[in-house]
Amino acid sequence: MSLDILKEKGVPLEKQKFTWRDMVQPPTSKLDDDAFTRVRIILMNGLESEAIRFSHACARMNRDLQEPLAQVRRIEQHQQTMVNWLLPADLSPIETTLAFEQVAIEVTAGVALREPDPYMAQVYRFGLLEDFDHLYRFSALYDRMSGGDANNILQSYSDIMPGRPTSVEHRDPSDDLRNHYDKDKAAPLTKLHAVTIMAAENQTHDYYMTIGPMFADPVARQLYAEIASIEEQHTTQYESIIDASETWIEKWMMHELMEAYNYMSCSAYETNPRIKKIWDRCLDYELGQLQVAMEMFKKVENRDPAEVLPTILPEPMPFVSQREFVRETLEREVDLRADGTEFVDKADEPERSLAYREQMNSEGSPSEMVAAGYKWMPGTELAMGAGAGKGE
Amino acid sequence: MNTMQATGQSKSEMGSGNLTGLQTAPEQAAEDMIRGAMAAEPSMDGGSELADSERAEYINDGYPIGSLPALPVADEADAGDEAVSMALFLDKLSERLAFERMGTRLYDGLINKCETLDAGASNPSVAELQEIREEEHRHFLMLNEVITQLGGDPTVQSPCADVAAVSSIGLMQVIMDPRTSVSQSLQAILTAELTDNAGWMMLSNLADELGYSDISEQFTEALENEERHLENVQAWLMDRVMAKAA
Repeated sequence: MSLDILKEKGVPLEKQKFTWRDMVQPPTSKLDDDAFTRVRIILMNGLESEAIRFSHACARMNRDLQEPLAQVRRIEQHQQTMVNWLLPADLSPIETTLAFEQVAIEVTAGVALREPDPYMAQVYRFGLLEDFDHLYRFSALYDRMSGGDANNILQSYSDIMPGRPTSVEHRDPSDDLRNHYDKDKAAPLTKLHAVTIMAAENQTHDYYMTIGPMFADPVARQLYAEIASIEEQHTTQYESIIDASETWIEKWMMHELMEAYNYMSCSAYETNPRIKKIWDRCLDYELGQLQVAMEMFKKVENRDPAEVLPTILPEPMPFVSQREFVRETLEREVDLRADGTEFVDKADEPERSLAYREQMNSEGSPSEMVAAGYKWMPGTELAMGAGAGKGE
Repeated sequence: MNTMQATGQSKSEMGSGNLTGLQTAPEQAAEDMIRGAMAAEPSMDGGSELADSERAEYINDGYPIGSLPALPVADEADAGDEAVSMALFLDKLSERLAFERMGTRLYDGLINKCETLDAGASNPSVAELQEIREEEHRHFLMLNEVITQLGGDPTVQSPCADVAAVSSIGLMQVIMDPRTSVSQSLQAILTAELTDNAGWMMLSNLADELGYSDISEQFTEALENEERHLENVQAWLMDRVMAKAA
């Protein structure tokens, strides 16, 4: 499947319409839908959230763009609602958390595998091992606090085991910044990847900040406080890989393109026919919104969008289990740390990050405490010796 | 490379129905999961006792979830034991009031579901549910009067009322979910009725203990109603489950 961006007009903005009933469709099933359908819903909610976040920032800095941005943003708001409301009410906040981390693992791994820029691929692998550890910590909490088996959410696509320990992920802010791609030289896929992963991590941060206080258990509240802090670091990392010299409208176009690319990828892999129709509809809407951004680019900057946009969208992003790649990365890179924009062995980590971490963990480490001695097993650790799930 | 990677196939392409549980995964993926998890070493030794001792520190901090408004103490009462007893009584009355108010709404939800899915059924009939709903509402109104009569404020959310509401969050979620069946909703109502029965029994004893015999009589009558609700709900649920098993 390939789309000629400059020719595909999608649905014109004036024909992008919603009703409240249309936005609130029957949700997916926590039990019966594929875990990757849930992964796609969470990812696309994050990308729509970023579209709105960017649009507001852009409007605050560009008086002349406020009208077209407001027009497009209203549609993005309703798209995000339609997508996010596909999550069912029986998916609890901690279960949704497990699914968020599955997104961070499987989508980031898919991105790292296909990223053409070796430095950027390293950045993704670095972040990946940290989110991988978060899944393990939250799984331990889910098991020990509420007797839940995280694999009922993950459906055996993602491993539950320690990654780079969360307790050592706390770094000085200057060690979270990375080198950025060059807007004039970077491959389109590099730009699409960067905005996608930045958006996903930002949404994860915002979600944890919203639900953290909903937990009664003080240990859960601590764990969310700790991991939300890492998600803030990750957002800092991923926004720094984007070239800050892109103009506002250039960034707007890349956001619309990124959404279109991801909806196209969702559609290509979707197994639930009803949800696939939603991805296709949103793809058509995003192409229409891209047209608006392209028009503003021509009008305000007097430039041809073809200077910035690829003519054809890259092949869809894969939504598949990346178990082997994640394990290999874990084996090779778990001991990497950051020194400014570079990755170094843990023996060479800068003093500033060590000092910061020591301060943060000085009254105990929630992520260590919650998973002390924890090994996932089918049916939770209470099923030890029961032979759960093995079948005969 | 595991099976799912090799085929690019997702589970819902392989079959429909519930996808949780280890046996729905390709054999290789399930084995990989278990072997990997067993081989990986936790980053810290110990067990759940570490988190428990942290929890104990917060428990020992001693912050309550909230308190009652200033107590309505009768003139002749000294502000000692009697005030404490009255506070306890009002807290539990407020809890029951909130629960009956919620119960009325739960029955509204259940009635709507039954009318939509199973209007002609006898287990339960809509009329039977309507009758229980009215009784729950009457209990709520009666508690309004009792609390007012004792000098309390029936619009207050007391600590016990708040905690009872947290305990029963799931009941509303089950009944209001359009995807749940009448039987699944009855199961949630059963939890409410069991709690209600125990609650009225306690209130009735408490009223006796504190010397409010006329109030205790009203509560005993409410308890009799609730016992009938419980019996009915249990019978309807049993009937539906057995009908499916047959």
